[in-house]
Amino acid sequence: MYKLYVNLNYYNLKRRDFMQMAGMGTAGAMLLPSFPTMGNPIAEQALLSPGIEVAAKKILADVALNTAKSSGASYADVRIGRYLNQFVFTREVKVQNIVNTESFGVGIRVIVNGTWGFASTHNVTEEGIKIATNQAVAIAKANSKLQTEPVQLAPAKSYGEVSWKAPIEKNAMEVPISEKVDLLMSANNAAMKNGANFITTALFFVNEQKYFASTDGSYIDQDVHRLWPYMQITAIDRENNKFKTRQGLGAPMGMGYEYLSGSDSGKIDGGAGLKMYKDSYDLVEDATMGAEQAKEMLSAPSVKPGKYDLVLEPNHLGLTIHESVGHPLELDRVLGYEANYAGTSFATLDKWKTKKFKYGSDIVNLVADKTQKGSLGAVGYDDEGVQCKEWDLVKDGVLVNYQAIRDQVHMLGEDESHGCCYSQSWNDVQFQRMPNVSLKPGEDKYSVNDMIKDVEKGVYIIGRGSYSIDQQRYNFQFGGTLFYEIENGAIKGMLNDVAYQSNTQEFWNSCSKICDKDDYRLFGSFFDGKGQPSQVSAVSHGSSTTRFDGVNVINTGRNI
Amino acid sequence: MAILSREEAKKIMEKALSFSTADTCSISLFGSESGNIRYARNSVSTSGHQSNISLVATSSYGKKSGTATINELDEGSLKKVVERAQELAKLAPENPEFMEPLGPQKYAESKTHSKATADVKPAFRTQVAADSILPAKQKDVTAAGFLNDSDSFNAIMNSKGLFAYNKSTSVNFTVTMRTNDGKGSGWSTRDYNDVSKLDAAEASKIAIDKAVMSSEAKAIEPGKYTVILEPAASVQLLGNMFGAFNARTADEGRSFMSKEGGGNKLGEKIVDERVNIYSDPQNAEVPSAAWAGNGLPQNRVDWIKGGKVENLFYSRYWAEKQGKEPMPGPSNGIMDGGKASLEDLIKSTKKGILVTRLWYIRTVDPQTLLYTGLTRDGTFFIENGKIKHPIKNFRFNESPIIMLNNLEELGQQVRVNGNLVPYMKIRDFTFTSLSDAV
Repeated sequence: MYKLYVNLNYYNLKRRDFMQMAGMGTAGAMLLPSFPTMGNPIAEQALLSPGIEVAAKKILADVALNTAKSSGASYADVRIGRYLNQFVFTREVKVQNIVNTESFGVGIRVIVNGTWGFASTHNVTEEGIKIATNQAVAIAKANSKLQTEPVQLAPAKSYGEVSWKAPIEKNAMEVPISEKVDLLMSANNAAMKNGANFITTALFFVNEQKYFASTDGSYIDQDVHRLWPYMQITAIDRENNKFKTRQGLGAPMGMGYEYLSGSDSGKIDGGAGLKMYKDSYDLVEDATMGAEQAKEMLSAPSVKPGKYDLVLEPNHLGLTIHESVGHPLELDRVLGYEANYAGTSFATLDKWKTKKFKYGSDIVNLVADKTQKGSLGAVGYDDEGVQCKEWDLVKDGVLVNYQAIRDQVHMLGEDESHGCCYSQSWNDVQFQRMPNVSLKPGEDKYSVNDMIKDVEKGVYIIGRGSYSIDQQRYNFQFGGTLFYEIENGAIKGMLNDVAYQSNTQEFWNSCSKICDKDDYRLFGSFFDGKGQPSQVSAVSHGSSTTRFDGVNVINTGRNI
Repeated sequence: MAILSREEAKKIMEKALSFSTADTCSISLFGSESGNIRYARNSVSTSGHQSNISLVATSSYGKKSGTATINELDEGSLKKVVERAQELAKLAPENPEFMEPLGPQKYAESKTHSKATADVKPAFRTQVAADSILPAKQKDVTAAGFLNDSDSFNAIMNSKGLFAYNKSTSVNFTVTMRTNDGKGSGWSTRDYNDVSKLDAAEASKIAIDKAVMSSEAKAIEPGKYTVILEPAASVQLLGNMFGAFNARTADEGRSFMSKEGGGNKLGEKIVDERVNIYSDPQNAEVPSAAWAGNGLPQNRVDWIKGGKVENLFYSRYWAEKQGKEPMPGPSNGIMDGGKASLEDLIKSTKKGILVTRLWYIRTVDPQTLLYTGLTRDGTFFIENGKIKHPIKNFRFNESPIIMLNNLEELGQQVRVNGNLVPYMKIRDFTFTSLSDAV
């Protein structure tokens, strides 16, 4: 029944597929190249070669645009992409796999007779591009026969020839493999020395070199960098047949290798004697703490179910925002375009139109952007040539907007795309994808220690765990990595078996306090899944530690 | 065209191997042609064709290995890819778990390929969409669906003389029907190797009927209920359970299959004695390839027999370390069923819940294989042998191990996601909260 692993479903599944494909799971590493996003393994030096010149890309792009126009397309865009990745996988004292991948090709999207068509090819030549463009036109023409609502494209500016480059300090692709292996081995050794029975670590580096051109007259060259340090520590009590795992507290980021420097200036006091990571991650320190905490989990008491005030740390709250705010406010979901896969949304247009729908309490301000420095979503322009920006989704607790792109934003009465269109590769069609969605920090000076002091009966939850939510985003059950009981303003100790169940609107309306900007940091994921065929997208969610009052906590422990 | 015949593939791989100067070299080659159509709001939204071919070379020196891939198959490219793999192997540290490539193996012929599926044309896909959209429109229902058909081949060859080749086709169809007032939702799924078995109109009708039947759902109290799980509802929980059949994590003490004090649960009774689950690549309904990605043959394997753990899967490394035979993970899952139809199971139920599917299933506790998720697209209350009324969706927190211990009755088998799974009646299935989602 292993086939099930690579079918349907969402967030975690994508990560699991990926782990399997990358040789960390049970499936053979032989399968790696069949995973389209991750491209094809290549030699190390190829990661640094410059690829083709911008001028050459423009000539090729014009072949697609001209072919499309002469075949009757009212609009066309072309994306020439070179996607480079490097992965290093280890467990305990062993390096399991080092993989370099490259994927190069071109995707062409057209509108003919008011209908979209798309085709792609790895044959990036004049001839290959002409063939693919004609395929896209043919598909659009065929489907236009069933089309009842012609595509309405919001106008986009013509930017001419522009470029954007991620503001990284150190290109991870330039760092020698030996340095990366040494970093992971130091972390693994630290964990094993501090009582871990097993540790798995990995580094993922991504570089998207994307060239976009459209019949609107934009030619956009972009260089995007991301990285993700992965860690999972396991502690075992063989006698009592128990095991506990502790995930790393680092986040995937839109940064260069500088994120892995572990410098103190990028760390934050997390209360309860914990270190948290803002713009620098200390793998070795986290592995040391993680091993000790995993051991402690083996004997920590089980939570007593009931109502608790929750103090949610940003690396945890980020995923809660993702599931309960990011997804329900995707306009295409709201409209029913994702009904057969991810589902629809409770946040319907009639609620939004009242201008009074209380998504959360008055202090809740949720913003969307693709501009935050260091975030996974940050780019200069989206994948249909719209300059990126920031906009409000929920203001002073009220639902004010959605996430929409050029072909749907007119349904909101707007005439400008929000700039959140994305495709995972040249090989896939671009569509609306979640931008960064973040909770604005509180305005008054307030730290996590202040927050703990003010809670009488609560649980402090750190890191992401098991996340499940229904297809309209009402009912959810979320777990975490670490749980600490708060009693009368002080941390009492670690807890096990914690999950909270709530309803999205009720939950956000129970938000009573948000720490200030000094506590603000990003959570992220490489694996936001959506669409059929399914595509992944990388997205960050920023927040400060936040308090939610009287949330229903269940005990997930069972005996078999 | 990305589909190569056995002889064409063999020739290319032999050429690639001829450039190897490392201690060992393994080549794998994969190609696929797939087409899809997607519709929503009673209209086609996207449609496309994807074509992909790639060759992977893994080279090794001692216990150092490296991997590289290319998607051009001319002589110069084949030479380049093998040289790149060798360069990477030289850069890699030694991996004590590295296993030399496997020698020649004997494989059965597989039944995974259907010419009808390979010959699917765009007009067929448009017709599938029409078979959903047109009847939906007549019933005040909105259709959203997805069809994907693919034709592919896989081959592996190595410097120890192993060669394996397989051709396979598949078609996957899912459709969601929602009443126009948003109060009812129905769904169905079909998958086959042979597209001529697909009846999209029949599957669409079931989804439409469920949508209409499921509107005006009533809320009932969460708690423990007898449930009839349609195969699409249980298949993912069963699949997740098989994640624990990995001998290594069991032996390491970090799996449901770990035994107190050490070792694993091989031979122990873990579920009801009527539960038998096996994999069989030669099964005519759910055929799969005759070899695994690492070159090991895939044969019929019992995983649970009479409720006992009959086999765990072993990687080649872990098998060698533990003195066992290597065993690939299951290529498909076949669970024995009974004679009862869905109607029979409903008729024999005094009070219970019919579940169309479970959705958004996530691990809560890997120790007990506890999962959470929700019912979706058609949940009905059964009383005195009849469907009484639709009910609001529930969140569940349950373990497939507990579920298979609380077995009441097994019904007929249905193919779902390449597996054969029976309808199941289960007592005391744990629902923990209500959801407003339709």
